[in-house]
Amino acid sequence: MSMNRCYINGLGGVTVQDPLFDVFEASPQLLQSLNKAQHPSYKELIAPAMSRRMAKGVKMGIYAADKALSEAHMSGLQAVIVGTGLGCIEDSEKFLDAIIENDEQFLTPTAFIQSTHNTVAAQIALRLGCKAYNFTYVNGASSFESALFDGLMQLKHFGKQQVLVGGVDEIAPYTFSMFEMVGKVKSEGQEILFKQPSTAGVPLGEGAHFFALSNEKKEGSYAEVCDVMLFNAFKDNEADTLRSFLQRHSLDFDAIDVVVLGVNADVRQQAFYDRVSILFPETAQAYYQHVSAGYDTASAYGLRLAAEILARGQYPETVQYNEVRPEKLQTILLINQGGGTDFSFVLVKAC
Amino acid sequence: MRSRVAITGMGIISAIGSTVEENFDALVSKRTGISVLENFSSRHASEIKVGEIKHTNEELQQLLGLPAGNTFTRTGMLGAYAAAQAVKAAGIKDLNDVRAGLISSTSVGGMDFTEKHYKQYLEHPEYQKYIESHHAGDSSNKIADYLGLKGFVSTISTACSSAANAIMLGAGMIENGYLDRVVVGGTDALSKFTINGFKTLMILSDADNTPFDNDRKGLNLGEAAAYLVLESDEVVQCEQRKVLAYVAGYGNANDAYHQTASSENGEGAYLAMQQALEKAGIHPDKVGYVNAHGTATPNNDLSEGRALLRVFDEVPVFSSTKAFTGHTLAAAAAVEAVYSVLALQKGVVFPNLNFRRPMEEFDLVPQTEILFKDLDYVLSNSFGFGGNCSTLIFSKTDVHE
Amino acid sequence: MEALKQELKERIIEVLNLEDITPSDIQDTDALFGDGLGLDSIDALELIVLLDKEYGIKLADPKQGKEIFQSVETMAAFIAENRTKL
Repeated sequence: MSMNRCYINGLGGVTVQDPLFDVFEASPQLLQSLNKAQHPSYKELIAPAMSRRMAKGVKMGIYAADKALSEAHMSGLQAVIVGTGLGCIEDSEKFLDAIIENDEQFLTPTAFIQSTHNTVAAQIALRLGCKAYNFTYVNGASSFESALFDGLMQLKHFGKQQVLVGGVDEIAPYTFSMFEMVGKVKSEGQEILFKQPSTAGVPLGEGAHFFALSNEKKEGSYAEVCDVMLFNAFKDNEADTLRSFLQRHSLDFDAIDVVVLGVNADVRQQAFYDRVSILFPETAQAYYQHVSAGYDTASAYGLRLAAEILARGQYPETVQYNEVRPEKLQTILLINQGGGTDFSFVLVKAC
Repeated sequence: MRSRVAITGMGIISAIGSTVEENFDALVSKRTGISVLENFSSRHASEIKVGEIKHTNEELQQLLGLPAGNTFTRTGMLGAYAAAQAVKAAGIKDLNDVRAGLISSTSVGGMDFTEKHYKQYLEHPEYQKYIESHHAGDSSNKIADYLGLKGFVSTISTACSSAANAIMLGAGMIENGYLDRVVVGGTDALSKFTINGFKTLMILSDADNTPFDNDRKGLNLGEAAAYLVLESDEVVQCEQRKVLAYVAGYGNANDAYHQTASSENGEGAYLAMQQALEKAGIHPDKVGYVNAHGTATPNNDLSEGRALLRVFDEVPVFSSTKAFTGHTLAAAAAVEAVYSVLALQKGVVFPNLNFRRPMEEFDLVPQTEILFKDLDYVLSNSFGFGGNCSTLIFSKTDVHE
Repeated sequence: MEALKQELKERIIEVLNLEDITPSDIQDTDALFGDGLGLDSIDALELIVLLDKEYGIKLADPKQGKEIFQSVETMAAFIAENRTKL
C-alpha cells in the first residue's frame, strides 16, 4: 500500500566541503581538527533584513530545506521535523558571554531567541507560512534519526503525504575549545585516522541536510526509507539486535549490499564499529565522516550518501571503508552511535 | 487495531510540592509556590518572582542517592526524581520486560551548570566533567540510566510546548505498536540564561503572575519536572494496572507568525485544539475543563483567549495553574498533564489565582475558586516560541468502558 | 544634535547588523519601522537596550518605544532630553 511508504524525493545540504564537491567524482578536502562549513550564497534565498539576525544553523537549514523541497516539487508540506545536537550554539555562546561580561545587563533578545533549539524548524515554517506539525529533536548523535523516525511515522500512521526532515548543527569557537579540553575533538595537528584511529576526539564540523519525504514514488525519487530504530543501550548483543531489526523486513545480514558506518576517527568510539564490522565480513562497508566531519547530525550526510548511491547505482571508491565492492546496490544499512550511546539503525532501499 | 494510551503512573516535583499528593494539596488549598529566587544569585532577583523548588542541588543529590563524581546537572536531577516517582507509582517491577522507551524534553538542559562554570574550566579542571552534560540529550540519557531503561530514548525541545510534544510522540508510539510502555514528560531548572533571556523580551513580571487578568504584566519563570507512564492495552491487561486516565487526543500546529509572539487570532492554538478534538473524536462541548497555557503575558492570554472563543461555542470552565508553579518552560505541559489527570480523577477544577479584572477584549472569566465537577474530558494547552502550539486531551477511564 | 544623529545612525546599523546600509542611506526623518527601514518588534527591543547601554535611559514599558523610535530625529530628541550618560 503506497500510503505507508516513505520516499526521498528531494534533498539538499551544506557541508564542510566545497559546495560543488561531488563525492562520486572527486576526493574530499582533507579535514582539520576544526572544519567550518563552506557556505553557498544565501542572498538569493534570504533577504538581508532577515539574514542579518539569523544564526548560521538557521541559514544552512533554510538553504538545505529549500533545495530539498524544490527538487521534490513539494508544496503543501504537512510536517517539518528537525534534529540538532546542540542547536544554534553560536548564539547560545553570544548570549552567555554577554551575561557574564556585562553582569546580566544590556542584553539583547536576538541571540536568546536564536538559541532556542527549535529555531531552525520555526524559521522554516515561518518562511513557508507552514502551519503544520513542527517538532525538534535534540538528542545527541541520534537527533537526526529521531527526526527521521518521526517523519516515517507521520507518513505511515498519521495520514501525512509530504514531510520535511532534516539535521543541522553548527560549531562555535568556545564550544570547540571546551570539547578540546575533554578530548571530544581532535587537537590541532593531531592525526585524523578513520580506519585505525589512535587518538581521542573527532574532527569537528558543521552542516545541514534536509530531505523531502513523501509516500508518493516519483521518477526522481532517490530511495525508500524503510525503517529507523534508535535506542540508548543494547538489551542484547549487537548481532542479535541487528538480526531482529533486519528480520522485521525478512532480511538477513547477507541481504545487505552496503553497511554505512558512522566511524568518526575517535579511538574511544571505534570498538563498537569494529564489532559491527566483523558481523559483515563480505559486505561492502562505507564511511562518510571524512567528508562531512564529525558532529551530532553528521549522520544526515550519511543518509544523503546512501540515497545518492542508490539513486545513481554507483559506489564511489572514496567512501570505501573496506576492500569489498558491492555486487548490487539495492539495500543499505546505516549504523551510528555517539559517545557509547544514541545508537541507531536506518534501512534504506532502492526504488 | 490501535491500542488506547493508558496513563498508569505519574511523578512530579515543582514549586508546590515534591510528590503528586503534595501538588494536589497545594492546588486545592490555593497555596502558591511563587516566591523570591534563593538558590542562586542574580542581579534581577529583586525584580522578579519565580516558581522555585526549595531543594538545593546538594539535597537533590542526596534524595537521588547519586554516586560521588556524577555529572548530573539540576535539570537531570529533577527529571530523574520525577521519572522514578512515576515508574514507581505505576507499580512497574522491570521496566525492560516489554519494549520500553523514554521521551523527555528540556530547554535548559545542562545550561544551569554550564553558566556557572563557563569561564572556570581552565583553572578548575574538576568542572570539565560537566561540559558533556550541557546538551539537551544528556539529561534524557541520565534519566534513562537512572531508571535502568534500555530502549527508545529521545529528547524533544520545542520551547514551552516541549513536554506536550513528548507526550504526543509517546502516545503515537503506543497507539501504533512501536512501544508497549513509555515514560514521557519534561524537565527544566531555573537558570540565569532563561531569566535573562525572558527579561530581554520584557515579558517577566515583578509580581505574582495574574493569568487572564486585564492588568497582567508578564510571567514568572519556574522550574519543575513531571513524567507520565503510558502503557498499551495489552500491558494494562497483563499487569492488571489501575488506569489513571487516557490520552484521548492531541494536536500540534505552527502559528507561523513571529519568532516569539503569538498571532492576534491565535491561529496556531486554534488549529492545535481542533486537531486534538478531532483525534479524540469528540465535540467541543464534551470538554469539561481547559487547563490553559495562561502565562499571564499580554500576548499569550489574548491570543489563547481568542483561540478558545473560536473553538468553543461556549468556552468551558478554564484556569491557568501557572500562578501556582510559574512557567516551567519545557516541563510545563507535563506538570499540567499531571494536574489535568488529577482534575479528572478527583472531579475538581483548580483555581486561577490572582485574577481581578476580566480582559477588556472579550468576555472570558477564568475559574477563580475550586470547583467540584464531574469531568469526562480535560483539555490542556501549551504554546511555545517559534509558534509551536500543542494541545492534549485527557479522558476519564469510564468514558471508554 | 547633528553629531548625535550621526552617532545614532552608526549605532543602529551596528546593533541591528544592517549589513548593506551606510549612515548616509538613513535620512533623519525616514520611518524606521514598517515601510521605511523595515525594522520590527525584535529590533525595537534591541533599540531599548541601546538607549540604556549607551545613553543611560531605562524604558520600563516597551510600548513607549513606538513613539520614540519613529525616526532618527525623534530618537535624537528623546535622548537629548533624557540622557543620563554623556
